[in-house]
Amino acid sequence: MTTETAPPTAQAGPRALAWQRRRHSVARFWKQYRTRRAGLLGLATLVLFALVAVTAPLTVGSDVSSVTAAPGRPLQGPSGELPLGADRFGRDLLGLLVWGARVSLLVGLLAAVLSVAIGTLVGVTAGHFRGMYATVMMRITDWFLVMPTLVLAIALATVMSRSLGTVILAIGVTSWPTTARLVRAQTLAVESRPYIERARALGGGHRHIMLRHVLPNVMPLVLAQTTLMISSSILAEATLAFLGLGDPTVVSWGGLLQDAREAGAVSSGDWWYLVPPGVAIAVVALAFTLCGRAVESVLNPRLGVAR
Amino acid sequence: MTADAASAPAARPDAPPAGQPPDRGPRAGGGTAYLRYAAGKAGGAVVSLLAVLVTSFFLFRLIPGDPVKFMTGGRPVSAGQLAAYRREFGLDLPLWRQFTDYCGKALTGDLGTSYQFRAPVVDKIADALPNTLLLTGTAFVLYSALGILLGTRSAWRHGRVGDRVNTGLALTLYSVPSFWLGLLLIIVFSVGAGPVPGLFPTGGMESGGKEGLAYAVDVAHHLVLPVITLVAVEYGQTLLVTRSALLDEMGGDYLTTARAKGLRDDLVRRRHAVPNALLPTVTLIFVNLGRTVAGVILVETVFSWPGLGGLFYQALSVPDLPLVQGLFFVFAAAVIVMNTLADLVYPLLDPRVGR
Repeated sequence: MTTETAPPTAQAGPRALAWQRRRHSVARFWKQYRTRRAGLLGLATLVLFALVAVTAPLTVGSDVSSVTAAPGRPLQGPSGELPLGADRFGRDLLGLLVWGARVSLLVGLLAAVLSVAIGTLVGVTAGHFRGMYATVMMRITDWFLVMPTLVLAIALATVMSRSLGTVILAIGVTSWPTTARLVRAQTLAVESRPYIERARALGGGHRHIMLRHVLPNVMPLVLAQTTLMISSSILAEATLAFLGLGDPTVVSWGGLLQDAREAGAVSSGDWWYLVPPGVAIAVVALAFTLCGRAVESVLNPRLGVAR
Repeated sequence: MTADAASAPAARPDAPPAGQPPDRGPRAGGGTAYLRYAAGKAGGAVVSLLAVLVTSFFLFRLIPGDPVKFMTGGRPVSAGQLAAYRREFGLDLPLWRQFTDYCGKALTGDLGTSYQFRAPVVDKIADALPNTLLLTGTAFVLYSALGILLGTRSAWRHGRVGDRVNTGLALTLYSVPSFWLGLLLIIVFSVGAGPVPGLFPTGGMESGGKEGLAYAVDVAHHLVLPVITLVAVEYGQTLLVTRSALLDEMGGDYLTTARAKGLRDDLVRRRHAVPNALLPTVTLIFVNLGRTVAGVILVETVFSWPGLGGLFYQALSVPDLPLVQGLFFVFAAAVIVMNTLADLVYPLLDPRVGR
């Protein structure tokens, strides 16, 4: 990454300098991340799953979820042509698993981004504007924090229509308080540094300080938080789908598990129907957690995560 | 849940890092300072509980559709009957009257009547509560003990193979959906897979027709698989919190002193390091209870355990609004009360804080 950067020259403008600094810190970050074996393993797994999900239309095609064109008998066990067997409609389970990766990853990603975005907004503003506003915002945050997140998400998913948007919204708006707390603490730390005072003395407004000074400083933290949040969002999505609160028209890993349970896979001992979706959820959630912890330990070596 | 879920390992972000517990309590002063602190915490808890009460009312009024239609289940019913149902459940009143009625009744311990069971919500909850407490309590004690034990060992020998295996296993189980693990355990140990015969019942809490000791043994037999599931998915969090709390303590000078006195390694760990690391850990175990609530709902659903979680699932599928509302309140209240207790106990446990 650093190879294309020109050596610092006196003519370089402030913008170019800033970019150069950013490229350097990314390179430094990567150099340290590379030494975390668990983090690399997680990253490799994620790349693999992402590739599978992105290329799914080419490899399995969207008609894999069609009930009428099912290739196998209902609840057919694993065989040569259907390596993971068939579901209760006779659809190819391997194909469904691959197709389900798209929904699970997408929902996990979007819910986490939504949750972290709300958390960052609340955290930065509550850290920047002190007084009444901060007090009220942190009260709300604390209140959300003690609510059992899943119960709240279930409640939201119950009252809204069954769709992917609902699931994303339900997970996103219930899981942001952790991020808000973290970001606020970091904002307070950044704002106490002298260069913020300098920016203010030079006439920098609230927006300028929050966007140009505070935000770049909390971004690394936000990145780590997003990675960890994706992992829990994927688990939350699977849980909601399993409870029958997901979108019934799309294939997701949690939905496959619910199908399997409704089809009586448990009492008839059809483990091949149940095992793959659960393993997929666990592997992806674990991979995101490993990445998140590696990012965290690089950014904050005091945590003792990788010691 | 989940959701604050995966962030928890090692560095739980919403609570400050181990070693700096969330609230240090009163810094100076004696008994009065503690009383003032306790009153503040208790007052906050009461406000939270009221907020939960209000939320649970309005949140579930947002459900589109007529609750009476749900109740009659699409059967052809005359307009007169519908009106009678509305009157029975107080649905013919304007929303603000429904709300004041709800609040007034809730304060006297009446949470309304279940649409589904035609029984007071409070009774349904009271019936299910002991079962949930049995399951959750057993699992809670076991996973806390296991997490603290393994976390201590892991931190004491950090970086070695044992630590890596321990942490890796905890993280893996932590990423496993609890309901899925429950289903797998049922397949392997109840239905029987390959050479393993069906050892445990597939669900429920008792086989019926037993009394005395035989009944207790029967319930314990039914308890095994749900408890294993809960412990497996929850202990990782405690392990990681304990591990990082102990790692924070391990650089302490007092440990060097203890070793210089000639104490055995084992004693240094048990008498000096662990008690200090345990304080933040205990607080975090209570703070993390919200996640356990989620686990309990799923595990009870999967194992048809006749507790609050199973009831919640049943109520959701109708949807039985008063029951869902009441259970929502109970779950949130449980977490709030436990958190408040942890806040209240903390300054008493840690002599470095307060007086």
